[in-house]
Amino acid sequence: MANVLHIVVCAGIVPDPLQTLEPVTGPAGPGLKNEMVLPAVLDPWAASALYEAAALAAKNPGSKLWLVSLGPKAKLQQVMMTVAQKIAFELVPIDGPIGGFPDAHSTAAVLAETIAALPGLDKAKLLLFGGWESATRGAGVTLQLVGERLGIIDQFQGVDQIDLRDDGSFEVLERVEGGKHQVSVCAGTPAVLGWATGNLAEPRNNPQTGMANMRTIMPALQKAKPTTLAPNGLRYVSVALPKQQRTTRVVKDLTPDEIAAELVEWIGAE
Amino acid sequence: METILVLTHADETGSALTKASLEAVTAGKELAARLNASLAIGIVAIDATAAASALASTVARLLAVSGEPFAQPRYSTDAAALEALCRAAEASIVLAPASARFARVAAGVAHRLGGFVDTHITAIGGTDGVEATRWFYRQRVEAVLSRDGRPWFLLLDAGTHAAFAGPPAPAQVEQVAVELPALRTTVTGLRAPSQGTQTIRPDAKLLFVAGAGWTKKQSDGQVHAAEAGDLILGFLRTTGASLGSSKSLVDQGGEGQPVLPFLTHLNQIGQTGATPRHARGLSTCCHGEEPHVVGWRFIADRRAINLDPNCGWTRGKADVVYIADAFQVMAKVNSLLEAKKA
Ligand SMILES: Cc1cc2nc3c(=O)[nH]c(=O)nc-3n(C[C@H](O)[C@H](O)[C@H](O)COP(=O)(O)OP(=O)(O)OC[C@H]3O[C@@H](n4cnc5c(N)ncnc54)[C@H](O)[C@@H]3O)c2cc1C
Repeated sequence: MANVLHIVVCAGIVPDPLQTLEPVTGPAGPGLKNEMVLPAVLDPWAASALYEAAALAAKNPGSKLWLVSLGPKAKLQQVMMTVAQKIAFELVPIDGPIGGFPDAHSTAAVLAETIAALPGLDKAKLLLFGGWESATRGAGVTLQLVGERLGIIDQFQGVDQIDLRDDGSFEVLERVEGGKHQVSVCAGTPAVLGWATGNLAEPRNNPQTGMANMRTIMPALQKAKPTTLAPNGLRYVSVALPKQQRTTRVVKDLTPDEIAAELVEWIGAE
Repeated sequence: METILVLTHADETGSALTKASLEAVTAGKELAARLNASLAIGIVAIDATAAASALASTVARLLAVSGEPFAQPRYSTDAAALEALCRAAEASIVLAPASARFARVAAGVAHRLGGFVDTHITAIGGTDGVEATRWFYRQRVEAVLSRDGRPWFLLLDAGTHAAFAGPPAPAQVEQVAVELPALRTTVTGLRAPSQGTQTIRPDAKLLFVAGAGWTKKQSDGQVHAAEAGDLILGFLRTTGASLGSSKSLVDQGGEGQPVLPFLTHLNQIGQTGATPRHARGLSTCCHGEEPHVVGWRFIADRRAINLDPNCGWTRGKADVVYIADAFQVMAKVNSLLEAKKA
């Protein structure tokens, strides 16, 4: 028996991890140099959440999938051109600031308000998904805060797997210390799941899915509500690149025996 | 005037506090001494007696939430427990370990108390006030921040403070009552995803990283995945090192390429993997690209073995890079280590 799920995925956009980042401080606080022109991608762990959500929705006919994303409208549009080709979803864009430095509590407040107001969302059927940590702030708090604001007290973080059962209950695997998973069984929706890598590969691009998605994504972007995020008393004393620069000794002329001896000595060194 | 509360929890035995909890206790003692603030310690455990006695010498006010529902980590029960402890202590600064257990709930609890949270704190400083250091953009940008709002929750990364140790003594603990919501989640246990031995060892001195080169065609035109697996596992056996991996190597399982069956995504180091703390790290057959190396932020002493003199490690990312065949070097290393053991 299929369960009808209302899955909301919160996913931000982040600079492509291959880019060089340089912090700068402006009148509005810290940010990244040329942040608006750095190529961006969907936040990787949140992207895992989106792919897992799509697979779950496909297995449970009648389910709905929303992607809620806060970022500058123009940047969201760029990233959506690719993401929209992978799976079908309804985009709920929020036109707001980019980057990891705004306060997570303000971000969560805006996200929770937006989700609570989604037309057609049945909170009793809600699975709130996202990445367990972002690639910008990397704090692992936003989704939790959104969950609390929505009154959801079954929350899981570092999730790699969900197995939904016919009776609507589900088993969740969460990452814990020492390379293990904690296994829990939850009676059913609503719940919050902050995803780690999951088990699914990135879906291939399908231009037809992209075209169908774009028909609703473009109008949604045009209507995106502009929002600002209050600093909430958060102050940055300093923001800097790491100072440490290593001088690498490149060893080219030792035999494997000599290298092995050097390494064994190094491993044994206290 | 700040009131400091350190939140702690028991380990899998149910009675002893985790090492990360004891590290948070040290941080709390240091901060309380510097700010001349009062210190309380909250304990979450099925039975807090042993944990409390281990904390007796802190002379802090001890509060506990105990009982069967708190034997296991779970959002609804842990959030209720921490909320009750914070209300009882009337804390303005709350320090806690960034363990899986407390990281799951700390933000929710901060919200319930009308407070704020910052996580992955690597240092606490400041002259008159409290300033916290943490990394942004996956360990690429380091920031020091402060907040006016209270209570302020600071989750400390493991390994940033020494674990508190003091002589055990009988201690007075105030039991804090908790009102629990209806429980909808049952924790059924722990599962280790990797086959055979546990390869992730957070307490190991050495991190050994395997990259995709181990399963690539070698100079003879052949793939030697089985031999690679034997060399890596042999090394882990003799050294007790923790095993990390590059993303490319763990991704191969899903892409039908040769795999090392004992590796999973939990071994992955980097941008979308772990950022472990070890004194030393040895990278083998891994190119040292930036999305991988950001996961090495807290590895102090780094060496790499790579065939390519232009690999990322040679550009300021490792202390020593050996331009050599890792198959040959690791075979020798293993035989030297075995001889040393015998
Ligand atoms: C969004 C995003 C997130 C990412 N997150 C991560 C992450 O979390 N972690 C991560 O690791 N990567 C991550 N990456 C990928 C990263 O950019 C690299 O592609 C990856 O780290 C490469 O893995 P590798 O060095 O093992 O493989 P390769 O680049 O294939 O390098 C193999 C290396 O093995 C060497 N080699 C081969 N044979 C031998 C031998 N016999 N002896 C010695 N050396 C040998 C070669 O010289 C080469 O340097 C991410 C990328 C993106 C876009």
